[in-house]
Amino acid sequence: MSFLAAAPGFAIAILVLPVCCGLLATILPAFGYMPALGGNTWSLGPFEELLAMPGIGRSAGLSLFSALITTLISVTLVAFFVGGWRGTRSFARMQQFLSPLLSVPHAAAAFGLAFMIAPSGFLMRLFSPWATGLDRPPDWLILNDPLGLAMIAGLVIKEVPFLLLVTLAALPQTKAGQFDRLTQSMGYGRLSGFLFVTWPQIYRQIRLAVFAVIAYASSVVDVAIILGPSTPSTLAVRLTEWMSDADLALRFVGSAGALLQLGLTLMALAIWLVLERFGRAVSHSLRAQGRRLARDGAVRWFAMVATALLALLVFSGLAVLALWSVAGFWAFPDLAPNALSFDTWNRASLSLGGPMANTLFIGGVATAVATLLALACLEREWRTGRTGGSRALWFIYLPLIVPQVSFVFGLKVFFLLIGWDATMAAMVLVHLVFVLPYVFLSLSDPWRAWDPRYASVAAGLGASPNRLFWRIRLPMLLKPALVALAVGFAVSVGQYLPTLLLGSGRISTITTEAVALSAGGDRRVIGVYAFLQMVLPFVVFVIAAAVPALLFRNRRAMGGQA
Amino acid sequence: MKTTQNSHFVVWARRARAFKLGLAIALGLSTASALASDKAPNPADWASVEKAAKGQTVYFNAWGGAPNINDYIAWAGRELKQRYGVTLEHVKLDDTAKAVATVVAEKTAGQDVGGKVDLIWINGENFASMKQQGLLFSPGWADQLPNWSFVDVENKPTITVDFTIPTEGLESPWGGAKMVFFHDTVRDTQKALGRLPNSTADLVEWAKVNPGRFSYPAPPNFIGSSFLKQVLLETVTDRSKLLQPVMESEFETVAAPLFDRLDALHPNLWRKGRAYPKNYPAMVQLMADGELEIIFAFNPAEASNAIAQNKLPDTVRSFTFSGGTLGNTHFVAIPYNASAKAGALVAANFLLSPEAQARKQDPTVWGDPTVLNMAKLNDDERAKFEALDLGIATLRPSELGPMLPEPHPSWMTAIEKEWTRRYGAGN
Repeated sequence: MSFLAAAPGFAIAILVLPVCCGLLATILPAFGYMPALGGNTWSLGPFEELLAMPGIGRSAGLSLFSALITTLISVTLVAFFVGGWRGTRSFARMQQFLSPLLSVPHAAAAFGLAFMIAPSGFLMRLFSPWATGLDRPPDWLILNDPLGLAMIAGLVIKEVPFLLLVTLAALPQTKAGQFDRLTQSMGYGRLSGFLFVTWPQIYRQIRLAVFAVIAYASSVVDVAIILGPSTPSTLAVRLTEWMSDADLALRFVGSAGALLQLGLTLMALAIWLVLERFGRAVSHSLRAQGRRLARDGAVRWFAMVATALLALLVFSGLAVLALWSVAGFWAFPDLAPNALSFDTWNRASLSLGGPMANTLFIGGVATAVATLLALACLEREWRTGRTGGSRALWFIYLPLIVPQVSFVFGLKVFFLLIGWDATMAAMVLVHLVFVLPYVFLSLSDPWRAWDPRYASVAAGLGASPNRLFWRIRLPMLLKPALVALAVGFAVSVGQYLPTLLLGSGRISTITTEAVALSAGGDRRVIGVYAFLQMVLPFVVFVIAAAVPALLFRNRRAMGGQA
Repeated sequence: MKTTQNSHFVVWARRARAFKLGLAIALGLSTASALASDKAPNPADWASVEKAAKGQTVYFNAWGGAPNINDYIAWAGRELKQRYGVTLEHVKLDDTAKAVATVVAEKTAGQDVGGKVDLIWINGENFASMKQQGLLFSPGWADQLPNWSFVDVENKPTITVDFTIPTEGLESPWGGAKMVFFHDTVRDTQKALGRLPNSTADLVEWAKVNPGRFSYPAPPNFIGSSFLKQVLLETVTDRSKLLQPVMESEFETVAAPLFDRLDALHPNLWRKGRAYPKNYPAMVQLMADGELEIIFAFNPAEASNAIAQNKLPDTVRSFTFSGGTLGNTHFVAIPYNASAKAGALVAANFLLSPEAQARKQDPTVWGDPTVLNMAKLNDDERAKFEALDLGIATLRPSELGPMLPEPHPSWMTAIEKEWTRRYGAGN
């Protein structure tokens, strides 16, 4: 009981303290104060310099624009796909096809996409030279286009599986099946019936995840470097460059940029709130007109084809990536390398042990602690009936909304002060900051939407609160709990910037190794590390999917169904 | 509801107090340890340095983007362990400035001893910046290393002057660099001009006939910046101006011919200059794909290296400009607060040894040019260098052409800024 009572305070400390300390150490230099670099006076100089940076408006605009477009496309596609195809056999097949995508780190997926769609990529090779007449790649601007379209595509391919997963987790808590029968009996189309009745209930549950997508997309660094524009880059990429520039005076501008990034992310969220209202109004007016929109075949097929293409593109991209990892010389427009060679793998295997062990340890501990804390908080909330309201929500939002680049550098200075730099404890703690919100996000909605009548029945039969938890609630919610665990682990594996900065190079993970080595741009090395980055979380997801199916193989309603 | 929040706050406040206490203890402890271990090794007394180094772990912060270089560093680590009992841990960076950032953060936090970085692979802007901020182990130690006696200070001025900044023994030379260009003999690169381009002015003309087949990484990538410096050195009327820090009043006039040449080149760049290759390895990939026809590197052995690793076809060859190309030296330096200074000194000395330098110059290992003077070596040591097969695509040292020294780092900063304003801001 005392653990339960302490859990919420403990969780809040983990979510809030590091962010605040890091922000503080960012705000001071943004206003000119950083004694080690000779900044002893307060001024608005860093902001003036920031605004004088060439193309800064365009960089900021790009971040905002791409975040909103990414989220809009992802949410719409997921809603239409789930609405149009839920309950069909092709849906179940697509779901199995898409869920492994969730465990693919953003950077690996982005590389896979690049290997497919570049002018020298696999798609062009498929059609060259027999159809295009080309024996050299055309000079087409597909990757790194100034509008950021390739970057948006790279983000959408990762956010769709994520949103689909949280949607599917939320779906059982609605009476979607009954609603479908009702709306269809009233003549509504499959899609319109879903969007009018079931979707608003789902959206309420997945809203936090959508906000996380916006914040992530507006401040992402790795995908933006791989696929995004460079003339100029997005704000997050530029401020990361300033923060690591040899000219130390740029640290001040970088800090000011980090605050601008924070403002931009908040602005993107504010604009999204307006878009939400707009969406509600459109839906309302369509409903009020009594439109049935029964002829939705084309839209449904479009959603299916788009989702399938997206998955196909990523999987073939990853396959090409794996092929590159064992490629000898591979010229354009050959469809396969002229020879296979395991040199890259052999070389990598010599130095993989340490990073692999670190990745497993940090991810394992952070995820276990996060899941335990989230379960304890939710259980306490259930027993006391106090949810903490919107203020508690803000605590969970905090590490997801405050962009990493805005506070991680400051956090490093802070850890140095207390002598925690480059310790496993600091590493687990900082991973926990990012893992806990995702675990909580994945877990809380299904948990809260759990039908309380089961509890009433159990209590009526004399079950204690503890027995209720262990015998009824946890088994019924084991699937979302394990999914939350797997999501948490994937988040931990994917952490780059915090791991690099707080590990001070002494604690390296698969991801820091991958990014350092892919700085060399060698497709073979990228192939090896992206493959490894992808396999670790994937294994955890497979376990998460297998355990409930195994445990409850004799209970249809708890095991196999979505 | 209200009470929950209050109790949250009480818990939080209690934790905050405990936290502050912890902070005070940690700070107190670090001051105490500062007094205990603040004994800098003296390189003049080399025996004592080797003794102190035994058992130390040296965290060597070096760019980790090239597997062959990583392997070479791993080899050096094994030798150091065996011969001197020094453990070398390679901290693989994607950007050297990250190591500078670590030292800055430590200085910010007052951690003047027991730092995380013991040795940095460094030169140019990063060195200038660390030297100016007082972040390096001083006074100068490099010229007191035993193996300094082999170093070619006579013929390689970039060993003692790094980007016009005197090294003053604050960094020890490791290898040389010189800009060379590559083309694939399968393609008729000579057709446009009747010969290979012999200057960046020629490149502009070549690109007019072959649009979309040449590019360079956008600055501040150092290969891209090096190309801009090459153009600067070719176009500037008075090269002596580049030895001094840039003066704002003159910058526009001095740099005007540079930007005129870039303006002429850019419409014919790959992707018309709307995107740039990320870095040197990306250019290699683009050449292998047939997108780029001429690329350049900062290490004369890179083409042979890339062929050996299946990254380029074996028909690629190197060329350079008769008027000279940019060259410099890269170094290792020790931060002022390094934990294992003695170990770092021993490592720096080993990297300078004829044995380690000859292995480094072997193109099947790395192919990085040595900083040693062949005349200062004994016959056995010289034979090791002479036995090296530099590879089919590598120019002999005599074919590399004159070396143009780096301008003062402030020029690069000014040029990068102006470049971004003109070409990198989406106009």
